[in-house]
Amino acid sequence: MEKKNIMDAPVLYDEQNTFRGVMKRLFRENKLAILSLVIIAIFVIGAVFAPWLTPYGYEDIDPINRLSGLSKEHPLGADELGRDVLTRLLYGSRISLLVGIVPTIISMLAGAVLGIVAGYMGGRVDSVIMRLADIMLAFPSMLLAMVIMYTLGDGIINIFLALALVNWASVARIVRAETLKLREAEFVEAARSIGVSNFKIMWRHIMPNCIPSMIVLFTLNIPSAILSESSLSFLGLGIEKPMASWGMMVNIGRQYLYNNPELSLVPSIAIMLIVLAFNFLGDGLRDVLDPHLKKQ
Amino acid sequence: MLILIGVAMLIFIMLRIIPGNAIVTMMGEHANPEAIVRMTAELGLDQPIHVQFWKYITGVFSGDLGTSYSLNRSVSELIATSFPNTFRLAIFAALFAWTLGIVCGIIAAVKKNGILDHLFMGVSLLGVSVPVFMVAMVLQYLLAYKLQLFPISSGSAGLIGYVLPAIALGWNSAGSISRLTRSTLLEVLQEDYIDTARAKGYKQLPVIMRHALRNAVLPVITMMAVQLSSLLSGAVICETIFSINGIGRLAVQAIDGRDIPLLQGTILFSTALVILGNLVADCLYSLLDPRIRKEV
Repeated sequence: MEKKNIMDAPVLYDEQNTFRGVMKRLFRENKLAILSLVIIAIFVIGAVFAPWLTPYGYEDIDPINRLSGLSKEHPLGADELGRDVLTRLLYGSRISLLVGIVPTIISMLAGAVLGIVAGYMGGRVDSVIMRLADIMLAFPSMLLAMVIMYTLGDGIINIFLALALVNWASVARIVRAETLKLREAEFVEAARSIGVSNFKIMWRHIMPNCIPSMIVLFTLNIPSAILSESSLSFLGLGIEKPMASWGMMVNIGRQYLYNNPELSLVPSIAIMLIVLAFNFLGDGLRDVLDPHLKKQ
Repeated sequence: MLILIGVAMLIFIMLRIIPGNAIVTMMGEHANPEAIVRMTAELGLDQPIHVQFWKYITGVFSGDLGTSYSLNRSVSELIATSFPNTFRLAIFAALFAWTLGIVCGIIAAVKKNGILDHLFMGVSLLGVSVPVFMVAMVLQYLLAYKLQLFPISSGSAGLIGYVLPAIALGWNSAGSISRLTRSTLLEVLQEDYIDTARAKGYKQLPVIMRHALRNAVLPVITMMAVQLSSLLSGAVICETIFSINGIGRLAVQAIDGRDIPLLQGTILFSTALVILGNLVADCLYSLLDPRIRKEV
């Protein structure tokens, strides 16, 4: 009988958490997450190819058809200046997707670095970072974002900054908790005992082990960022006109709510769909990547 | 307390790094330069920033939040008149969310994988993903405008005016509470002592109410406290849509009027509320869980 070398055995962890492995299990276990992925893909395609998908530009006005309701020329209606709602929706998805993803990446990176440093170093560094996080978390997030937007002024870059500033603290807290657990793990102790530097331990040994939960956090933070942006734009504290954002479209449509409810309803539904899709995807990924958190 | 001072400091600094002079924006571009200088001195804005902060923070502790630039009234007074409205809104929203959320969560957990479970969990996921302004506007359009069951704006309509805003505001929280109630209850129902209670011949209802719910409700209470912050954030939007003169609307007004003391005051006040809410939750927690009480 042929003897098997134990080193040839596949490493369970690696196989399970490759991109393909995750997708395979996601597909097998959670059809809803796959559907969400499809919805997200549709929105992404719509955002990327917006100029080719519609004959109108997002600023093109058509005064004859203003507030015309649903029609053949304007399948989702036209707003108060006669701008095509479907077109603005497509262009608006660019903003919403960007606003969902960019600030989340920034806040994840900042939160992860600060969380790992706080958790691993402990002591004074830890308490300074975490008190700062406590302060950020004490603010009602919407009001904090409003103040930041007020300070920085309108514009998409400022939204990125505002949302990143609001969200890093919760990421830092979660990553810190994870790091505290990992710090006591045997492989970290082993690394320390052979003289690996602190920086290298954090970067090479702790960081990679935080990645699964960070991916989950990432997908779950995107929808909340999208919701925050739409709320900010709804209050008129968002991107600059005449760029289209879903929240801003809802806000404009609100003045015509009683006769043209589609103006604010359509972008609201778009927001809801994309948020729902990201939430489902996040739930599905959590079940696959983090069996401890698996729902019953 | 320390966190509160940190919060105050952060807002203070943030609102003072705004490009452009607050006085100029307040008095208009073409104001007399001498008048600007005089006004700056009068408001103490020519002093170094730490002196200003010290003045402000000592004022805060004696209940003086400064004078609003745009409304020319004391900020504490403005907050005192608008807070009851926000408080009422938040309480109604919380009552709605907590009863609905907990009841639906219990039913879903008891009828696990039944029709009601799937229905409630689907709706609750929708609840988590729907933006506040969408619920608010749909309710306003359908129930207030089409069916005329409720007043459209709630400002002067008395208690009945708070029904729709409270539902709109509570909707999100109801979703997350019911999901959390369901999952913790399911976890608790697997414990041995539940089997013991069943073996002793208790019926389903007393087992759930007296044995399971007591333990399941602890994380739910933590979540309720956390939600206070999101309720306050959502209140900004709800108050805007239903024109309720509350704290959130005051903050929006402050931003529109570039009114720094008012903005500072509203944010500081709401943050203090959130901190207070967390404190109350901690106390409740130890009151409800004898294990924690012993440690304290």
